[in-house]
Amino acid sequence: MPSRDFPQVRLHIVTGKGGTGKSTVSASLALGLASAGQNVLLCEVEGRQGIARMFDVEPLPYAERRIATGLPGPDGQRGGVVHALHIDPESALWEYLSMYYKLGRAGKALDRFGVVEFATTIAPGVRDVLLTGKVYEATKRNARNKKAITYDAVVLDAPPTGRIAPFLGVNQELAGLARMGPIKNQADSVTTLFRSARTAVHLVTVLEEMPVQETADGIAELREHGLPVGGVVVNMVRPRDLDEDDLLAVRAGKVTKRKVATELNRGGLTGNADLVMGLLGEARDHAERRALEDDQRALVGELDAPTYELPLLVGGVDLGGLYELAGLLRDQGLA
Amino acid sequence: MTRVRTRVGPQSLAGGRTLDVDRLLDDPHTGIIVCCGSGGVGKTTTSAALALRAAERGRKVVVLTIDPARRLAQAMGIEVLDNTPRPVPGVVSTGSTDGQHGGSLDAMMLDMKRTFDEVVESQASPEKAQQILQNPFYVALSSSFAGTQEYMAMEKLGQIHADAQRDATYDLIVVDTPPSRSALDFLDAPERLSSFLDGRFIKLLLTPAKGPARVMTAGFGIVTNALTKILGAQVLRDMQTFVAAFDTLFGGFRQRAQKTFELLQADGTAFLVIAAPEPDALREAAYFVERLSEDEMPLAGLVVNRASPQPQGEVTAEEAMAAAQRLRKHDADSLTAGLLRLHADRVQMVEREARLRSRFEAAHPQVPMTVVPALAGDVHDLDGLRQVGALMAGERPT
Repeated sequence: MPSRDFPQVRLHIVTGKGGTGKSTVSASLALGLASAGQNVLLCEVEGRQGIARMFDVEPLPYAERRIATGLPGPDGQRGGVVHALHIDPESALWEYLSMYYKLGRAGKALDRFGVVEFATTIAPGVRDVLLTGKVYEATKRNARNKKAITYDAVVLDAPPTGRIAPFLGVNQELAGLARMGPIKNQADSVTTLFRSARTAVHLVTVLEEMPVQETADGIAELREHGLPVGGVVVNMVRPRDLDEDDLLAVRAGKVTKRKVATELNRGGLTGNADLVMGLLGEARDHAERRALEDDQRALVGELDAPTYELPLLVGGVDLGGLYELAGLLRDQGLA
Repeated sequence: MTRVRTRVGPQSLAGGRTLDVDRLLDDPHTGIIVCCGSGGVGKTTTSAALALRAAERGRKVVVLTIDPARRLAQAMGIEVLDNTPRPVPGVVSTGSTDGQHGGSLDAMMLDMKRTFDEVVESQASPEKAQQILQNPFYVALSSSFAGTQEYMAMEKLGQIHADAQRDATYDLIVVDTPPSRSALDFLDAPERLSSFLDGRFIKLLLTPAKGPARVMTAGFGIVTNALTKILGAQVLRDMQTFVAAFDTLFGGFRQRAQKTFELLQADGTAFLVIAAPEPDALREAAYFVERLSEDEMPLAGLVVNRASPQPQGEVTAEEAMAAAQRLRKHDADSLTAGLLRLHADRVQMVEREARLRSRFEAAHPQVPMTVVPALAGDVHDLDGLRQVGALMAGERPT
């Protein structure tokens, strides 16, 4: 069963400002889609080996490795499988060359002359083309290629918001540079997929001013380049242990020390002045942050994209946490 | 009976060395401060806060930000930041290092394409510069290449430093580094440029496509043919034209890159590694620390931003949760139960962060550290930056 909100999408690209947890969200989305019975490929392109750490497996090679299974469905349907792939530009280049050109001895010469290093590190945009080219190949793959695994969905843990449009659109620039020839054809096909209804670019944010601003800028930039914006995932939302009335009372200073002290005693703690003052101070901090979050949430609501919320996992994110987040994305319709 | 518990939290850095930020800023020998670390840890805010604090303590400071987002501009309340340092209004300098003049603060944002263009224009004849600037390969290289930012950051740092030395405009340059995909990009820029320029690939491109056959070794021929097949003849021609036109500039580039690298290694430079109390950010920080010592770069310390504030009272997370549960049984809407759960979360987070930090300390005991508690609100003005600066320097609100 495909994603409820994005049923046509086969390629989910996840971006976000640094520190907002886009890798966590990518992994959860992959697990969420797998829990809906889809076979998913989760790709990373920034050489961080974040997937291996999150799923607690050995560092990933340039090969598709089975790393997890989605949860069974409500009626006991089997969950889909998540494979992971760590894409590095050099391996992608060699694969590309061997797929399209019979270079033989010339391949070694390219390496010896520093052409490979040039292409993967210095040549403008080539690195990105190699990375996105591999994602394209995995997404477009079909049953005719007998050796390869085919997937219902591909999730890409992409570069941060500041680099996402160049990363996805840079093919355009290269196509401009290579006005004809083999690279142009390749770049054109990749761009066509990215701009199609089969792709969605999701943005991860937290409820703070600058990440929300960057998300708004990112959405505008993606739309300007004709790239399809998917959902906005609001990550690390603070727990709501105080309801609106409580927050109002805290902000207005209407919570009396006596009331808190009495309640603490009832709960089996010693409601001494230090503890009461401490709790009230923490409550005021929390109320201030919650107010800022609400302001930012209102701004996120104006972004003209469906939004999803994931809670802050106080103890850090482990594999169990990923499944929990996956379930939440599934419940909310992103996965 | 009250039990004595060992406190864990941002303020208790048992055993570790504390980074004395004010001493670093006040030391007249500190000429350059480079802030590095992974994305989203508050590098830009930290650089701006350090620069402001130094200026208000009497230094003549310029802060160079490389982030393409308008974050520093927002943070400093300046709408337009271009490739030239501009004075930041509202700086209140009380200190005075030379007994005559107070401090000052200028800020600028790196425009990588413009920096690149300016280098070309200053190094080549107008005619040749024009030829380079219009080459399609140059246009792509100067505007889209993911590493150009790092190269140009080094270039600009070198320029500002040279200007400051000549005109005595600044005595402290604070540099914010690009949000690189890898911490290495910034440091690798000069080396990578050099190895590329010295490489056989450039020689290959400089060999005229239809030159005399005797200078073309067999290897050259194979590679050229392969490249023509893959890239198409035209792209290869564009690249060759570019390299040929750029050839005379390469030497200058390399020389300046090397000089900037030496500048970074010199005594007057201080590297600060910025991190958030998260496993990924601290792992990246550890990587950076290793890398800096490998390159003999002067590391001043680690700044851990956004630490959860120390909870008050001595109630543990477990005690708070147990009490909250008891209260909820009586009254499902108990406000105090909510407060206790908040407290439990905070204690847990503070303990987790302390564990992460002590792990870092165990592996890098030589690295002085300062922990900056998170502010409840966002930082978007000079007052906010001042507050961050004060917290970084270890001042605690009373």
